[in-house]
Amino acid sequence: MIATALTDLWYGFGVALEPHNIMWCFLGVLVGNMVGVLPGMGPLATISILLPLTFGIKPVGAILMLAGVMYGAQYGGAICSILLNLPCHPPHAVTCLDGFPMTKAGRGGAALGATVFASFVGASWGITEMIFLAPVLVRVAMEFGPAEICSLMLLGLLAGSTLARGSPVKGVAMTVLGLMLGIVGTDIETGAERFTFGMTHLDDGIELIALALGLFGIGEFMNSVNQVSTVNAKYANVTLKDMRPSREEMRRTIAPMFRGTLVGSLCSLIPGTGPTIASFVAYATEKKVSKTPEKFGTGMIEGVVCPEASTHSSIQGDFIPTMSLGIPGDAVMALLLGALMIQGIVPGPQLIKEHPDIFWGLVASFWIGNIMLVVLNVPLIGIWVKLLTIPYKYLYPSAMFFVCIGVYAANNDMFQVGETAVIGLVGYVLLRLGFHPAPILLGFVLGPRFEENFRRAMLISRGDIAVFVERPISAIFIALCVLLIGLQIYVRLRPKKPGDMAVPAVVAE
Amino acid sequence: MRKKDFYAGGLMILFGLVMSLKGPSYRLGTLMHMGPGFMPTALGILLICLGVAIAAGSLGTADGEDEDILPENREWLAWACILSSPLAFMLFGAYFGLAPATFACVFVAAMGDREATLKNTIVLSALVTVFGVALFSYLLQVPMPVLTWRGL
Repeated sequence: MIATALTDLWYGFGVALEPHNIMWCFLGVLVGNMVGVLPGMGPLATISILLPLTFGIKPVGAILMLAGVMYGAQYGGAICSILLNLPCHPPHAVTCLDGFPMTKAGRGGAALGATVFASFVGASWGITEMIFLAPVLVRVAMEFGPAEICSLMLLGLLAGSTLARGSPVKGVAMTVLGLMLGIVGTDIETGAERFTFGMTHLDDGIELIALALGLFGIGEFMNSVNQVSTVNAKYANVTLKDMRPSREEMRRTIAPMFRGTLVGSLCSLIPGTGPTIASFVAYATEKKVSKTPEKFGTGMIEGVVCPEASTHSSIQGDFIPTMSLGIPGDAVMALLLGALMIQGIVPGPQLIKEHPDIFWGLVASFWIGNIMLVVLNVPLIGIWVKLLTIPYKYLYPSAMFFVCIGVYAANNDMFQVGETAVIGLVGYVLLRLGFHPAPILLGFVLGPRFEENFRRAMLISRGDIAVFVERPISAIFIALCVLLIGLQIYVRLRPKKPGDMAVPAVVAE
Repeated sequence: MRKKDFYAGGLMILFGLVMSLKGPSYRLGTLMHMGPGFMPTALGILLICLGVAIAAGSLGTADGEDEDILPENREWLAWACILSSPLAFMLFGAYFGLAPATFACVFVAAMGDREATLKNTIVLSALVTVFGVALFSYLLQVPMPVLTWRGL
């Protein structure tokens, strides 16, 4: 098994090292790293803006670049947290707790250096996991019939919506809303036009890019306009020399780094628990293991390294269900899957076999991209910090242009620009009412496939709904769904202990 | 009673009602041979239930901190600007081409900021226009004329 994996990986490096693929990968991580630093621009908005630009390039190059944006942004997010105490991206919120005190004590450079190193170790472990786990999962998933696929999707959707931020009931409501938006357009089986309200522009359904840019672009701008203050870059002068941690700091980094990696990879195995949860579980674990838990929050390097390693290991791990089963764990993965679908590639267990260049090329490019990021981050930190001082008043109007032209270029259709504006308004209203719009994307991408498989399962079982619990594999997934809901209710009803919410509260903002 | 959750539940019930009332008009079918209306109707009913749960949950809980539906600072002008920016892009794009559309889109959006001055906004819009036309029209070949006149 190891031999085949290594041969496949070798082949993957062959694909990823083709000059144009390296170029796309480099462009992806560079842009990702940059927007990771910019406040108010998340990886979701960036990937959706870049998505239309990738239509012209081959699927392999496109997915390498978009994935590069995603993990590149994580390196940038850490810079923001440590040097400026700005949790621009939720997975790095915990890093602020100890990262910023280190910066104030003049050790910010060392914290960054150790973080970059730990991130690389975490990511490497996640990639290794992907190489060995994905083929095994595929072998199992090949046996799945429509009933199994349906229950698995149900589990994925439930986990993605209840384990994310905010109230679980609201999360599920958002997923259902996403499923509904996926229904708009012509029904593939009967040709009936559903919820188009007579608008022929909607016959092909709502455009994924319009939805993503409306929710995470326009909706987000409306939320942040006139709210983002200029950052205080007082402590942000870091030179190359500062970035080398001392021998003592290096020694204290090793063990937390591996603990973080482990926590991250465990979290990525549970569907729906993304990097955000992984990072604060890692921080809490580290605090528990430490001999001096009272010192956390005052600039302990352990509290910086552990969550960062965990974030990166979990992000790479999240690609496993996305690429091998076609079930994305969170909104970013759903968007990447959508990008593949736009390129005409059908996600699911057959993907690795039918498009080995995409899968193995992606795996190999993760390593290449991560090495690029380590190399890039060291000399470029000064430039990234300067970027941070770009005022929001210049940033969001320029981004608005990219949103408009991006949506237009996807289909050369002006109607969709207006569609994006409407979705943006709805997205902002939902945000104000305390909903997190990310699960909408999850439901939207999985919706059509869910309906198709549900119909097929019902046709095969002659309309007997019990088929989902009679087939053993499907029954396991349904049982897990029930367990998930039960756990949520249990957590709800249990009397709250003070102090329980300390870390999640930080993460939520 | 939590006002925010109450309205949130109400909105979900509204969405659910639209789906479940419109759904049956597409033919429901049977469980074995599902028609195109089956899924929307089922999802609509599910969403109504979720909406009721959210709204009912709000009745029993005390008010939270941030219960206003509108945020503390009401940026009506900024919101209007951000939402009209794509409309400006559509309008100018359809009649005058990419360059005027870009300028209008950025200009309208930028005017939403409190500190925006006319001069800064024009400079920013011009810069983005030059850069955007170069990138999208010449480099990426987006099929939209840079400058045209289609009359009104």
